[in-house]
Amino acid sequence: MSFYFAQLLTGLANASSLFLIACGLSIIFGVTRIVNFAHGSLFMLGAYIAYSVVTRLDAGVFGFWFGMLAAALAVGLVGLAMEFLILRRLYRAPELFQLVATFGLVLVIQDVALAIWGAADLLGPRAPGLARAVRIFGEPIPQYDLALIGIGPLVLAGIWLLFHRTRWGILVRAATQDRDMVGALGVNQNWLFSAAFFLGAALAGLGGALQIPREAVSLQMDLNVIAEAFVVVVIGGMGSVAGAFVAAVLISVLNAFAVLVFPQISIVLPFVVMAVVLVLRPHGLFGKPGSGHGAPGEPEAPLRHMSGRGRMALAALVLAMLASPAVAGDFTLILLVDLLVAMLFAASLHFLMGVGGMVSFGHAAFFGIGAYGAALAVKTLGLGMGGAMLAGPLAGALGALVFGWFCVRLSGVYLAMLTLAAAQIVWGITFQWQDVTGGDDGILGVWPAPWASSDTAYFYLAAAICLGGIWALRRVVHSPFGYLLRGGRDSPVRAEAIGLDLRRHQWAGFTLAGTLAGLAGTVFAFSKGSVFPDVLGIAQSVDGLIMVLLGGIHALAGPLLGAGVFVLIEDWVSRLDFWRFIFGAIILAVVLLAPDGLAGGLERLRRLLRRTTGGGAAR
Amino acid sequence: MSLLKVRGLTKKFGGLVAVGDVSFDLARGEFLALIGPNGAGKTTCFNMIGGYLRPDRGSVRLEGRDIVGLPPRRIWRMGVGRTFQITETFRSMTVRENVQMALISHHRRSFDMVSAAAKLYVAEADALLADTGMEAHAGRPCSELAYGDLKRLELAIAMAHKPRLLLMDEPTAGMAPSERVALMALTAGIVAREGLSVIFTEHDMDVVFAHAHRILVLNRGRLIAEGTGDEIRADATVREVYLGGGAIRARDEADHA
Repeated sequence: MSFYFAQLLTGLANASSLFLIACGLSIIFGVTRIVNFAHGSLFMLGAYIAYSVVTRLDAGVFGFWFGMLAAALAVGLVGLAMEFLILRRLYRAPELFQLVATFGLVLVIQDVALAIWGAADLLGPRAPGLARAVRIFGEPIPQYDLALIGIGPLVLAGIWLLFHRTRWGILVRAATQDRDMVGALGVNQNWLFSAAFFLGAALAGLGGALQIPREAVSLQMDLNVIAEAFVVVVIGGMGSVAGAFVAAVLISVLNAFAVLVFPQISIVLPFVVMAVVLVLRPHGLFGKPGSGHGAPGEPEAPLRHMSGRGRMALAALVLAMLASPAVAGDFTLILLVDLLVAMLFAASLHFLMGVGGMVSFGHAAFFGIGAYGAALAVKTLGLGMGGAMLAGPLAGALGALVFGWFCVRLSGVYLAMLTLAAAQIVWGITFQWQDVTGGDDGILGVWPAPWASSDTAYFYLAAAICLGGIWALRRVVHSPFGYLLRGGRDSPVRAEAIGLDLRRHQWAGFTLAGTLAGLAGTVFAFSKGSVFPDVLGIAQSVDGLIMVLLGGIHALAGPLLGAGVFVLIEDWVSRLDFWRFIFGAIILAVVLLAPDGLAGGLERLRRLLRRTTGGGAAR
Repeated sequence: MSLLKVRGLTKKFGGLVAVGDVSFDLARGEFLALIGPNGAGKTTCFNMIGGYLRPDRGSVRLEGRDIVGLPPRRIWRMGVGRTFQITETFRSMTVRENVQMALISHHRRSFDMVSAAAKLYVAEADALLADTGMEAHAGRPCSELAYGDLKRLELAIAMAHKPRLLLMDEPTAGMAPSERVALMALTAGIVAREGLSVIFTEHDMDVVFAHAHRILVLNRGRLIAEGTGDEIRADATVREVYLGGGAIRARDEADHA
């Protein structure tokens, strides 16, 4: 009995720090509608800064707690700078474009932390005065855990007072419900957004700072915590602080007990809980369907078939690519295969997001399922490359069929989060299920058939498959089915009113996108000869999102352009020191210069050039 | 036999009776107006007939078949078209493509992943657009249209399925007065030619009295009058509702007491 009580207390202590980071994320989303992927980075910064302050100040009781508050304040200022310098310029960009900026910030902050604090894990000091354990029912409980258990509700109470007793707090709650109305009432939104970012970032910083007596400070903290923070925010209902608290307690306590029964479950448990909650309550426990994302964007132009000149340019590009083995070396061919895989993956994600309006934060799930499906077909079933190349996309299709059934019941950010949960569940299973998937060691020796084993032969095979897949997707976009998905994105009410079951079509579209992502994963597996769990990871999903959003979500060529630029830049900068910083900075620069993506930016550039070189002649 | 039989239709939102015990019949080829002050329950009534809202009580029979509980798409398949108070169109498509989508659904080809959608049913779509005077706009992006044109487009979309019953929720809301008359004259012409039945809600009394064969008056969820234009014009209760609700309210409260 006493053991279980101790376990409960551990769960509650974990809940406190999870609550701090999640409620900051929730406040930022509620007010600005930005899904801040860099929130984990702010958490990490909080831990590093607290470490530096506390170790420099001779760590007395005062020094320790001063360090905590100083870290929170400093991270709050970083958040303020993020909002002021970058995100503020993007509020009028298409929905979710701000995501790309936050991905860029994740990379930049990673390398800044690496430059300042180094790559080694840092062990923080114990909290003075709370360094020992007390016995409760005979079980040793760290005093610091007890302090944390108190801090969580204390912060919740503070935020409650702030939100209900101050004018600013009331405005924040109003903006969470209806941002446009708050603007119409004459409230300066810029000021409100900056303040929300400051508060949210400071809470994340405090959460990170409070972790230093409990875990080593490392560069992995950001991505480790962000997925779980999303889960808590979504379960609680996005924008609800009380919801975040309940969800943090629910997740942490469940986890504390679940590990006793089934130790492997801790990786996937939060995501399973989130999936269950979202299926039962599509807006989380305390969430309400929020107002829209601010001003409506510029309407998308109707789809046109490519002009003659466009077709010729495309044909020339494809021919140049196909002719490249004649001049290019092996490394270039390998890079080109990566490029083709990325293009097909991005095109399948664009089909889902751009055409179908279903934003996915976990599209890597199907890429990875395809890759593992193919690898397992070779290794366990003993199929040849041909069979495996069918098994990969089929596995992707099956995975998308199962997860899609749940996902199409939701929309917007909740849908995106459920796809993230799907990917994390698949990743967790793959990581844990050593006997079948090899766990962290992956599956090695997935080589193409002898006839396709040379770099040139495999390049042609990959080109045929990937270009074929992209062509098929384009064809579907122009078909009645593709039109209907796009129509359902424009107006679900109208789709229903002309007799269509939108959800069934979306389910089919989800499955198709999963199938082609699986196909891309298959080509990838054979090109590398091995598969590891990170093909299913958040980073892979994020890469896809960057390609699609950076390329321009409203253009069919957008994902191809985005994938091309992404792979080439990554290939170039990843040889440099601090490549993450450079890559992140490039992403931020592109985002600020072309808020409608590369395709949109190029289109504007073309129009500008035409105007300056004499508009009369062009007519 | 009447096309539509509505019996005892009731919907409460919390303690508020939005629609209470409304019953009426609709004959084939009839042009029926549903009028009443704001909050009378017109749109709620509409949404229950169209399947967008489930009634708490009551039945809606279309040619003898109960349609309560069916989703809007099934009711559409049974021949009930709909236009919206605030227009709902596919903004990223052209005017013609919007009509083509309805035709694609009508011909059950929405899962076709091979054909080029823009080339399907072009002639049929253009004919429907010509019927509503929209042929000149066929190639334009829907997002560019003026509001009145969007309303006409919605009518063309609704006609694509050859409906037996058309539900039009405030078809002229947000239009200029001259446009209103033109749109309703157009609708009346289509109704007469195709022999379909229409229920529409409307605030503009000129439109109502000019075109409706019969008028139902709702107030605070209840059906308070029913009749031709002349009968409604002469009805004392209706006058009270529109010119000053004090008497009605007092009597209503007396009823409840």
